[in-house]
Amino acid sequence: MDLTELYQTVILEHNKRPRNFAVLPTANRVAAGNNPVCGDEISVYLRVEGDRIADISFQGAGCAISQAAASVMTLRLKGKTVAEAEAIFARFHEIVTEGKTDEEDLDLSAFAGVHQYPARIKCATLGWHAALNALHGETAPATTE
Amino acid sequence: MKPSAPDWAALRADFPILEQTVHGRPLVYLDNGATTQKPRAVIAALTRYYEQDNANVHRAIHELSYRATTGYEAARARAAAFLHAAAPEEIVFTRGTTESINLVAYALTPRVRTGDAILVTEMEHHSNLVPWQLLAARTGAQLRFVPVTGDDGALDLARLDELLAGPVRLFAFTHVSNTLGTINPVAELCARARKRGVLTLVDAAQSAGHLPVDVQALGCDFLAFSGHKMAGPTGIGVLYGRRELLEALDPFQGGGEMIATVQFDHSSWNKVPHKFEAGTPDIAGAIGLHAAMDYLDAIGRPAIAAHDSALARDAYRRLQAVPGIRLLGPAGERGGLVSFALPSAHAHDVVTFADREGVALRGGHHCTQPLLRKLGVPATTRASFYLYNTPAEVDRLVAVIQAAAKFFGG
Repeated sequence: MDLTELYQTVILEHNKRPRNFAVLPTANRVAAGNNPVCGDEISVYLRVEGDRIADISFQGAGCAISQAAASVMTLRLKGKTVAEAEAIFARFHEIVTEGKTDEEDLDLSAFAGVHQYPARIKCATLGWHAALNALHGETAPATTE
Repeated sequence: MKPSAPDWAALRADFPILEQTVHGRPLVYLDNGATTQKPRAVIAALTRYYEQDNANVHRAIHELSYRATTGYEAARARAAAFLHAAAPEEIVFTRGTTESINLVAYALTPRVRTGDAILVTEMEHHSNLVPWQLLAARTGAQLRFVPVTGDDGALDLARLDELLAGPVRLFAFTHVSNTLGTINPVAELCARARKRGVLTLVDAAQSAGHLPVDVQALGCDFLAFSGHKMAGPTGIGVLYGRRELLEALDPFQGGGEMIATVQFDHSSWNKVPHKFEAGTPDIAGAIGLHAAMDYLDAIGRPAIAAHDSALARDAYRRLQAVPGIRLLGPAGERGGLVSFALPSAHAHDVVTFADREGVALRGGHHCTQPLLRKLGVPATTRASFYLYNTPAEVDRLVAVIQAAAKFFGG
């Protein structure tokens, strides 16, 4: 497999210019995620209004896969309900673990190459786990181990 | 007589694992700081032992047990000679550096009290930090730290005498930093500790297979290393301890082999070093380690040190040309590794990129999280060299790092 299948342009571009990369002053939910093996750390900030994610941002340090996945996640989850967010994560999880692609969702599908690198799946899902923990009101940091 | 200039290319042929391609490219193995490859002589010693001599040690009277015991104890004598210890009884076989350090931390427990201090440095591997944290938690002792100056990776020794003053029970420090490549002035550190009556433990995981290590010249009380980081098998390591200290310390684990007599309610301990070797040891591992020590000394550790260090210094010098690169550790004399961070690419992306080119590197915190946190680097990429690496492999390293910087940052 060619390296550019893992590091698709979408991923490289989001890594270089992550979207919604800031502390969200109006956040009412915050969750941290960390990968103790590689030292990746991420914080996800959410403003939840009723059942809906009104705003979302993240900050952190990590590999291109983890940073780009979190950046794409903020774009995909903003404005969504909790149930919609869970469904999107389920789809993303299939993409990174099984390599399934979804023509309707090219940004998420850009991560399909990750399934060829089992050690990197946890990089792709770190921010997502933190976001879902925040939505579910978990207070302990998400961890990939 | 040792050969004055080893034939490095011929030595490389002793390592069968290196003759392969990874992702279609000839393997360049630069993760020797994590574990080294094994020469045929070591693999053959393991095979010969299991095919001809395998039996349990010390307990039986039959011929195979005699051979296994003789081989195991010959490995101990060889390790004593390898470290220039005063006697084989000063060599305890363990699973590796980590177990050696934990053994000392556990055995010292009754001698450490609330308010005592253990001195370590900021550049320690977690294996030479966490056991002392556990000892401190058990006893109410405090940890003290010798600071690291910065990216140049030196120990700041200005306040060392102050740090050694008071109720300090032990000073534990690494010989060669696995993250920075720094070679610490072990003899000086031991002398200054001894002047204050402080025991010393040297983590020689990154040095024993690379540099001459003479425990009497260094003046240390304890020294620990792992077989697998010096061409030997995994699962075997050494704790050197001065004999009178080993004799005075309590056992680490209880069981067979470590006892003299056992009653239902109490026991008395075997003599050193057996007091610290409960249960059936890694006999094959010790015999494999013996072969590794013979192999290294046939080449000569000064020659290996010069070879590894020259490759690392060349890599350090040439990687400086990569835009924005942050190289850690000393610019001059260093152990056989380089560690660096790129502004545009995380270490794990660099390692994945290099792997696709057949270059095996390591990325992450290298089990020195507090050090990297202090330096403000989340992770580094590390290339670590050994006797079978070549200048051509440094070319491949530099090319792949330049390509990674361009791929992720261009």
